[in-house]
Amino acid sequence: MPYNLAISPDFKPDQISGWYIFNTWLQKKLDEAIHLDIHQSFAEQHQAIDNEKVDIVYANPFDISRLVREKSFTPVARPVCKPDEAIIACREGAIREITELPQALTVAQANAPEVNTIGMIMLEPANIDKSNIKIIDCENFVVVARHILKGEADVGFFLAESFNELSNLVKKQLYPLINSQINMIHHAFMLSPKFAPHKDKLKELLINMKIDDKGIQILNDIGIEGFESMEEEDAEFMIDLMDTLLS
Amino acid sequence: MLDMNPEDIKGEYTEHNLTLYEDICRKVFTTELESPFPKGYLIVSRTDTNGIITHANDSFVEMSGYEKSELIGQPHNILRHPDMPAAAFKDLWDTLNRREKWRGYVKNLRKDGGFYWVYAIVIPNIRNGEVEGFTSVRREPSRKKIDECIKLYAEMSQTK
Ligand SMILES: Cc1cc2nc3c(=O)[nH]c(=O)nc-3n(C[C@H](O)[C@H](O)[C@H](O)COP(=O)(O)O)c2cc1C
Repeated sequence: MPYNLAISPDFKPDQISGWYIFNTWLQKKLDEAIHLDIHQSFAEQHQAIDNEKVDIVYANPFDISRLVREKSFTPVARPVCKPDEAIIACREGAIREITELPQALTVAQANAPEVNTIGMIMLEPANIDKSNIKIIDCENFVVVARHILKGEADVGFFLAESFNELSNLVKKQLYPLINSQINMIHHAFMLSPKFAPHKDKLKELLINMKIDDKGIQILNDIGIEGFESMEEEDAEFMIDLMDTLLS
Repeated sequence: MLDMNPEDIKGEYTEHNLTLYEDICRKVFTTELESPFPKGYLIVSRTDTNGIITHANDSFVEMSGYEKSELIGQPHNILRHPDMPAAAFKDLWDTLNRREKWRGYVKNLRKDGGFYWVYAIVIPNIRNGEVEGFTSVRREPSRKKIDECIKLYAEMSQTK
């Protein structure tokens, strides 16, 4: 039976081919058969994890708690200099501060639970919470931007990285009201108990990608600078941190 | 714990004798200067089970006005502001001792006598079933909530 690799469903579509190349590289290096499963939604990925169909996952920070606490997954590595940060943006115009926003707010958001959680927290100083907003769920951040530009949403929650990658034409019409500087929340490679015997080897491979020509090329394709070791306490700390953000 | 040093204080100040845990007294000086919460940041610290600071992130250090080395190893009441009612912290410790999360609005004292308001969430760090310490994550409170707390805490301190 081959192992299964999954990546957080918030991957960028243009990086899928990079993840396939990553998987081919990984199989060769580990000398194990690994199948890359592309899950289109978090629900689909959670289902696969529940059915023990996932052995290695590049997980969203939001999922690390259930992976560790409920599924006994262990952390192996995290991307360097790639924290998940959020931006709240509105249409370029009169509003310059969160506190100037209308109280009954329409928010456009994408399928990125950690971004949406941070976004809600950044609205708190304006006394805006779940009870006084309307949410528009969008397929991706480009669609979030579109809702703002059309005036259908007052603000949008963006992954900072994705906001910065919007076209200049779109960005010019948006105003970032606030961006998070948390620097402690990030994706991570997590392993199932079944895959745990390969942990040390995998960790070494991931960490050394950034000093290997082929590795660097793959990192480039998946938009990551490199990986660094992530210990169990690092994951526990992030779980505690996320726990406070969800309350 | 050491008393505050008047030489560190910026501007006009008032002197208070704070009674801390186990009847320890600390002389503190307060000013009316408020430092705004840094927008988009979280202020994070961790303590051991006795409330001794073990970790502090950059925002925590910056907002406190102390050097990191002056904070690590100190009890967390180094930030205790005399305007905070003792009952709030009793509730914090009672809640943590039940292994539950505590949430509250806190006015903190800076090294320079100034203050800053936070919305704090404190949780026990449970590892292999044991409480190993506590983490506090603080975010920016709304002005409305701060104003409510100023009133409430003043009343609580009076009916003490
Ligand atoms: C993780 C953690 C964070 C804390 N953060 C603060 C804080 O920011 N400000 C504060 O006055 N007390 C804080 N406390 C509570 C202090 O330990 C202390 O109880 C409080 O300052 C009152 O002092 P006393 O208990 O000596 O009377 C914190 C406690 C813990 C466990």
